[in-house]
Amino acid sequence: MAIDQKLADDLKSQGVHVTSFEQLINWGRSSSLWPLQFGLACCAIEMIAATMAKYDMARFGAEVFRPSPRQADLMIVAGTVTKKMAPQVVRLYNQMAEPKYVLAMGACAISGGPFKEGYNVLKGVDRYIPVDIVVPGCPPRPEALLDGLIALQKKVKGEKLIGKDRVRHADPNGMAEMPVPEYGPHDLQPPMNPEVWKPKAKIRKEGEA
Amino acid sequence: MSGIIDMVLASIRAKVPAANATVRTNPGPSGQDSLMVAPESVADVMRVIHDEHGFDFLSNVTGVDWPDPALAEKVAVIAEGDADAEGDAKADGEETPAECGFLEVVYHLYHTSERKGPLVVRSRTKDRGEGAKIASVVSVYKSAEFQEREIYDLYGVIFTGHPDLRRILMWDEFVDHPMRKDYVAPDDYEYEPTPHAAVIEKAAQHYPAPDAD
Repeated sequence: MAIDQKLADDLKSQGVHVTSFEQLINWGRSSSLWPLQFGLACCAIEMIAATMAKYDMARFGAEVFRPSPRQADLMIVAGTVTKKMAPQVVRLYNQMAEPKYVLAMGACAISGGPFKEGYNVLKGVDRYIPVDIVVPGCPPRPEALLDGLIALQKKVKGEKLIGKDRVRHADPNGMAEMPVPEYGPHDLQPPMNPEVWKPKAKIRKEGEA
Repeated sequence: MSGIIDMVLASIRAKVPAANATVRTNPGPSGQDSLMVAPESVADVMRVIHDEHGFDFLSNVTGVDWPDPALAEKVAVIAEGDADAEGDAKADGEETPAECGFLEVVYHLYHTSERKGPLVVRSRTKDRGEGAKIASVVSVYKSAEFQEREIYDLYGVIFTGHPDLRRILMWDEFVDHPMRKDYVAPDDYEYEPTPHAAVIEKAAQHYPAPDAD
């Protein structure tokens, strides 16, 4: 951090690698993001394809899909989150150990997608858990998922672990668990977590009521 | 097609007179006539169709909501039913609003070895509330179990004699029946840019213009 980049490069050419703990930790974390193994709908098929030989997610260190949330770093929400499934998704998120990241894959996980006008699909998983990366598509191609993974790796590499602007999981007061919604008579209770999501304001055009 | 129905109809009238079976003709291009039976004797009718006529495959069970006359009119206005559509409905010999106010269940049956079908059997409940009861056909066709649960979940038809009548898609605490025409979805509306009139109207309610208040 305090090291001049030019000096670091000079030293590197002499065979001396200079780094900081922050860079080292972030490099380690970004290079071994272990996703949680679960799929909710057709996006999961593309996620599976991304791990197989043709697209080979292992090139980015993220091939180790863990069947337990305790061992996973990355939750790929691959598919439609129905209101019946939403409490279980939030519970899985809560069971993951820090640091943890969420990638919303596909139109349904992002906003409800084609089911947005319906009664039984959550209008975006970001209503209950904080989403780091969104990968649009219906479903997104494996290349798009890999692009989202690389974007997440860049994000992880830029994380501040100390100081005022440190990331949530490095902050002792950071919120690690999200309240799990209950099944209500007409809808989930509460219908959203105001800590992580607020309804989007309408952007008005000139002269529009 | 009508051959199958007539054949089945004769034996049902003989074996299950309580079913009060009638044939509803469909003048549309499909020409798919159907057999209308009383709700409390659906299971007996199915037993005859299965055992004596060999219809061994129940491919589909589905529900239809025919709302009360006042509500039906409201729904028609929402759907902007033009004169043509109304005329068609009447030409079908189908329901006029005065007859409505019940739930209907439709069964599609096939005879797999003789490749006959579909035989369409329909039944209507007395009303949309307490009397929304139909005899379960699970004892004849095991495949009806989940489909009847789904109809119970989404339309609120009680299938008497069903071994395990619970909700299947919505959670157990849910009280509504979402496929009914008078169902009101929870208001978790979120603005999205669209030219759809109903959505624009809803957006105006949720996001009033800054100088409105």
